[in-house]
Amino acid sequence: MAERPLVVLAGGTDFYPARVGRAIEEDVLDVTGIAGLRGIAAEADHWRIGAATTWTDVIEAELPPLFAGVKRAAREVGGVQIQNAGTVAGNICNASPAADGVPALLALEASVELRSQRGARILPLGEFLRGNRQTARGGDELVVAIRVPRRGEGSRSHFVKLGARRYLVISVVSVALRLDVDDAGRIAAAGIAIGACSAVPQRLPALEAALLGNPLKPGLGDVVEADHLAPLAPIDDIRGSANYRHDAALTLVKRGLDEMAAAA
Amino acid sequence: MSAAPGHRFMLNGKIVTSHAAGVARLADVMRDEFGFTGVKIGCNAGDCGACTVLIDGRQACACLTPVAQAAGKVVVSVEGLIGHGTMSRVQRAFISHGAAQCGICTPGMLMAATDLLAVRDDPTDAEIMDAIGGVLCRCTGYRKIVEAVRAACGEVGLPQPPATGHAVGAAAPRVDAIAKVTGEERYGADGIPAEALWLRVVRSPHARATLRLGSFDALLRTYPGLVRVLTAADVPMNGFGIYPEIKDQPVLADGQVRYRGEAVVALVGERRTVEAIPDSAVPIEYVPETPVIGTAAAAAEGAPLVQADRPGNLLIAGHLQCGDVAGAMAGAAAVAEGWTETGFVEHAYIEPEAGWARRVGDRVEVYVTTQSPGMDREETASVLRLRPDQVRIVPTACGGGFGGKLDLSVQPLIALAAWLTDRPVACVYTRPESMAASTKRHPARIRTRFAADRDGHLLAAEIDADFNTGAYASWGPTVANRVPVHAMGPYRVPNVRADSRALLTNEPPAGAFRGFGVPQAAIAHEAMMDDLAERLGLDRLEIRRRNALRIGDRTASGQLLEASAGLTSCLNAIHPRWLDALDEAAAFNTTAAGPRRRGVGIGCMWYGIGNTSMSNPSVMRIGLGADGTLTFYNGAVDIGQGSSTILTQIAADTLGLPMAAFRMVMGDTDRTADAGKTSASRQTFVSGKAVELAALDLRRQILRRANVGSAARLYLKDGRLGVEEGGILRELDLPSLAEGRDGDALVGEGRFDPPTTPLDGNGQGVPYATYAFAAQIAVLDVDIELGTVHPLRIVAAHDVGRAINPQQVEGQIEGGIAQGLGLALMEEYIPGRTENLHDYLIPTVGDVPPIEVLLIEDAEPLGPFGAKGVGEPGLVPTAPAILGAIRHAAGVRIDKVPVLPHRLRAALLAARR
Repeated sequence: MAERPLVVLAGGTDFYPARVGRAIEEDVLDVTGIAGLRGIAAEADHWRIGAATTWTDVIEAELPPLFAGVKRAAREVGGVQIQNAGTVAGNICNASPAADGVPALLALEASVELRSQRGARILPLGEFLRGNRQTARGGDELVVAIRVPRRGEGSRSHFVKLGARRYLVISVVSVALRLDVDDAGRIAAAGIAIGACSAVPQRLPALEAALLGNPLKPGLGDVVEADHLAPLAPIDDIRGSANYRHDAALTLVKRGLDEMAAAA
Repeated sequence: MSAAPGHRFMLNGKIVTSHAAGVARLADVMRDEFGFTGVKIGCNAGDCGACTVLIDGRQACACLTPVAQAAGKVVVSVEGLIGHGTMSRVQRAFISHGAAQCGICTPGMLMAATDLLAVRDDPTDAEIMDAIGGVLCRCTGYRKIVEAVRAACGEVGLPQPPATGHAVGAAAPRVDAIAKVTGEERYGADGIPAEALWLRVVRSPHARATLRLGSFDALLRTYPGLVRVLTAADVPMNGFGIYPEIKDQPVLADGQVRYRGEAVVALVGERRTVEAIPDSAVPIEYVPETPVIGTAAAAAEGAPLVQADRPGNLLIAGHLQCGDVAGAMAGAAAVAEGWTETGFVEHAYIEPEAGWARRVGDRVEVYVTTQSPGMDREETASVLRLRPDQVRIVPTACGGGFGGKLDLSVQPLIALAAWLTDRPVACVYTRPESMAASTKRHPARIRTRFAADRDGHLLAAEIDADFNTGAYASWGPTVANRVPVHAMGPYRVPNVRADSRALLTNEPPAGAFRGFGVPQAAIAHEAMMDDLAERLGLDRLEIRRRNALRIGDRTASGQLLEASAGLTSCLNAIHPRWLDALDEAAAFNTTAAGPRRRGVGIGCMWYGIGNTSMSNPSVMRIGLGADGTLTFYNGAVDIGQGSSTILTQIAADTLGLPMAAFRMVMGDTDRTADAGKTSASRQTFVSGKAVELAALDLRRQILRRANVGSAARLYLKDGRLGVEEGGILRELDLPSLAEGRDGDALVGEGRFDPPTTPLDGNGQGVPYATYAFAAQIAVLDVDIELGTVHPLRIVAAHDVGRAINPQQVEGQIEGGIAQGLGLALMEEYIPGRTENLHDYLIPTVGDVPPIEVLLIEDAEPLGPFGAKGVGEPGLVPTAPAILGAIRHAAGVRIDKVPVLPHRLRAALLAARR
C-alpha cells in the first residue's frame, strides 16, 4: 500500500454497490484475507473489534450490556445477508452520514486503530470521521481494529432507528445512547449520538451533561430539551426534511432514554 | 487477488476452481462460469437479495461476494437444494402454498429460509421475517412466502393435482412450480449464448438537451473488442410506440433527448469491453436546455414544447359527460371537494429487462422477457422495416412485469444489432438503467367535486385529472381514456363530468402500471366519499353501500350492468370486520397511552376488464398429435400472475382430461396465435374464454370422430386417446390421422373478443364487457409524534366472477395490496435520485401486514366458467383505504402520496396550529 493506492475491500457491501454496471479495474486489498483481523477480543482496558469482524459476529458475540446498542444497530444493518458480510470497520470507513454503526460506536467513545509501514496510530472515532464519505485514513493506512473502552458493570447502551420501511432501509434518523449508572442508580456518565442528522453523526454534549446525576427511572426522557440538539445540522433529502429530522431526533432520543429507564 | 492459481471451493456439492479475477462477483462466476443461473441478479448492490446463496451455511448476496472470499468454502445455490433427487421441505412448501409467482425472488427466498430452518426448528413469524427481510418480492405481498416457510418446519408433501374434471375452482399448483423452485426456470438473462456479443446503451444524463455525435473511429481503435456503435442513423424506422398512429419514441435519440435516461447510442462488442468503456469516452456533445418538469409547467402559457408537433404539450384529452352536473350540485345537501396528487411510481420488477437476438437468414429471433410478444413482433419489425413474419419473439420466463414490460426495451436494439452484425447479441439492463429508462406510473393531479343528497345518495361528480405522461406517449392515451370512465368510482352517479389530460414533460415516459390511472383516480374518489360521509354524519361503509353499482344500474358511460356486479356483496362481506375494527380502534384510542392512534379506512373500486372500447381478441389453440401428445399453444404470457396454470385448468375441465396431460408452448410467435398482451387484467377473462372455446372445439372433433355423444368421457394414456360412453370404451386411431402443423392431427381453436362499443364524444358507450369490483379495509396505527404509519391488517373482498384457482387469485390480491401499500406509504420515483432499490423503497416482508381475502363469485356469463379478471384490482382500493385509515386515526386528510413520515408529521403539526 505504500507504493500504490489500493482500494480496501472487506465485506463488499459498499464496494460492489458503487460499481454497478461497470468493469472493476481497481487494485484491491481484501482485508478478510489478512489473518487475525476478525473477531472481538477483550483487552485490559478496551474491547478490540478486528477490522474483518462482521455485524453477525457482533450479534453472536457474548458481550456485556455496554454493547446492547451496537447489537441493536447490527440487526438494523441491511438484511441478514449484509450483516453476514458487512464489517463494523467497513461501515465506519464508508463514512456515510446515515451509517448505523457510527452513532452506536460514538456513544461508546470508540477509537480507530490504524496501521501503516510508518507505524500505528489511534484516533477517536469522532476525529477519524472528517465529513460525508471522508475519513482521516491515509492512502497507505489500514484500519485494523476499532477499540471500545471498557466500562463498569453499570454501563448499558441502546439504539433506536427510524426508516421509511422495516428492513433494508437507510436511516432517516438514528439515535444511540449509553448510560453509565452508579451503584445508587444515578447516571454517572452518558454518551448520546445521533445519526443521519449531520455530515458526521454527532454527540450531544449538553444533553449528556444534563443527564448526569439523574436516576435511571421512568420520566428520564423529560430531561431532553430542544437546545440539546444544537450540534445537529440536518438536511432536506428524499427521505425526510431537515425540520422533520430535528423533530424526530428529539422524539427518538426521549423515547430511547425512556426505554432504557423502563428496561432498568 | 491474482487470477492464478484459481479460487477453489465446493459449489453445489462439487469442488470447482474459478480462474476469474479475485474481485469478480461470485454471482457472475456462478452464473457465467459454472452455469448456475438460479442465482438471480436483480440489482448487483445487495438491495434485493435475489442472488442470495449459502456460504458455509450462511445466507449471503453472491453479488457482493468477491469470488476470492469463496475460496475454501462451501457454496450452495438453489440448484443445490435438491438432495437425493427430492426437493427440500422449503421447496415443497413453496409449491403447496403458492409462494412463487414470477419466481425471480424465489431462489433467494429459498436460500434465506433454508439458512433459518437449519438453525431453528420452529421459528416465530418475527424470526421468519428477519431471516427473509433481505429479499425483496414484488409479486406476492410476502404473506404466502411466510406461510410456506412456517409450513416447511413440519412435514410437507407436494399437493395432489386436481382430479379430472375438477381443475376449475381448485388450488392447483402452478404448472411451472417445479421450475420456479429449483432454479430451472430461464429468464431473460439466463439463456444467453456464450458467443453472444453484448450491447450496452449509453443514456442521456440530461432531461432535455440537443446533442451532436462525434466520430467513433478513435473509440473503435482504442477498444478492439468494440465491434460496432449504433446510432439513430442505423435505425431504419426510428420511432416506436404503443399506438399505431403514435410512433414518437426513438430507439436511439436523434439530435435531442427528452428525458434523463433516454437511449443515445448503443455499444456492441465483447462484454468486458462494452462494460469497461466509460460514458465519458463516448463522443456525445450535449447542450442542456431547461427541462419541462411537472404538468403545471407543461400546461403553462408559452411552455417549451417537449415534442415539436404537440402544441401545449397536450398528448391527448379524455372526456365523459352525463346529466346536468351544475344543476345537481346546486341542489345537493353536501358537496365535497379537493385535490389529490400522486408521483411517479416504478414497477420495480426484480428482473431487469434482458434478452438476446440472433439473425436466421432473412429473419430475426428475439428471446426476451416481455408481457406482449405479439406487439413486440410488430414493433420490432416496424423499427427494422421488416415484415412481421420476419420477426420471431420467444418470451423467456418473465420476472415480473406489472405493465412495465409492455413497452419495448431491449427488443429493437438487440434485433437491430443482430441483424446488422449477423451475430447473436444480448443486452441486460443494470438496475439503475432499468429504473432510469423504463416507464413509470403516471403522476396525477386530480381535482374532484362530489355532491350528495341528505341520505348520502350521490347526485353529481366532477373530476379534472392531469396526468404527467413524460417525454413520450407510451400508454398515455390508455390512461386518458380509462380514467374518465372510472373516475366517479363504482357508484351510481346520475350527473358526471370527467376530464382528463395527458401532458408531455421532460420526465420518464409514463406507461402502463397495474391499473392504468385508475389507482390514482380511486384515491381521489374515495377521499370524496369519506368527506361526504363526514359531512352527512353517515358511516363510511354505509354511504358506499347506498351508492354501489348493482345489476340493472347504468354506469356514467350509459352502460347497463346486466350481470356480475358484486360490490354490494363485497361490502356485506367486509361489514362485520368493519364494525369490529371500528370498535377495536375506538377502544384502543380511549385506553392506550402513548403516541399511537388507531384508524380504520375503506376503499372501493371497479375496474373494466380488457382494453377500453377497443378490440382485444385472443386466439388459442390446442393440438392433439398422432402420437397422443396434447399441446396447448398458449399465446398468453405468464408474467408470474399464473395465467399458464389457470388457462390449463380451463382447458383441462372443458376438454375433460387432467391438467397433467397438457404440454405447453407459451408465447412463441412462430408457434402460438396472438393472445394479446398480458395487461388490463384480461388473460383469465379474454384468453380464458378463448381457451375454453378451443378446448370445446377439440372435444367436438374428438367426439365426432369417435361418433359419441357430448357426455362421453375422454382418457389419454400412453399416447392413446380413449372415449367412454355408456360403459363402452373406444380408442381413437390417432396414428391414422393426417398430421398437420406441429405434428398435430387435430387442432381445436378458439377466439374471443370481449364485446364493447366505441365511446362517443361524451364518453358514452360500452367501454368494457365486464367489470371487477372490490372493497378493502385497512386497519393501522399512526405514531403521531413521528408521523409513521404501521399497518395492522387488510381485509379485501373481491368480486372475481369465479375464482378458477383460489390460491392464485388470493396471491394476485395480496400482491396488489403490497403494491398499493407502497404507493400509499413509500414509493416515489425521482429521476436521478432514486435509481436504485435502496433509495427507491418498495415494501419488504416487514411492511405488509396480515391480509384476509374474501372471494365473491358473482358469475360473469361471458367469462370462462363465470370468471373475470383480478390482476389489477387488488392494488386499486388499498391506497384509498390506507389514507382513510390515517385520516380516521390522526384526523388529517393527506392529499399527496406517498405519505412519508415527514409529510404526515408536517400535516399533523399544521392541523394542530
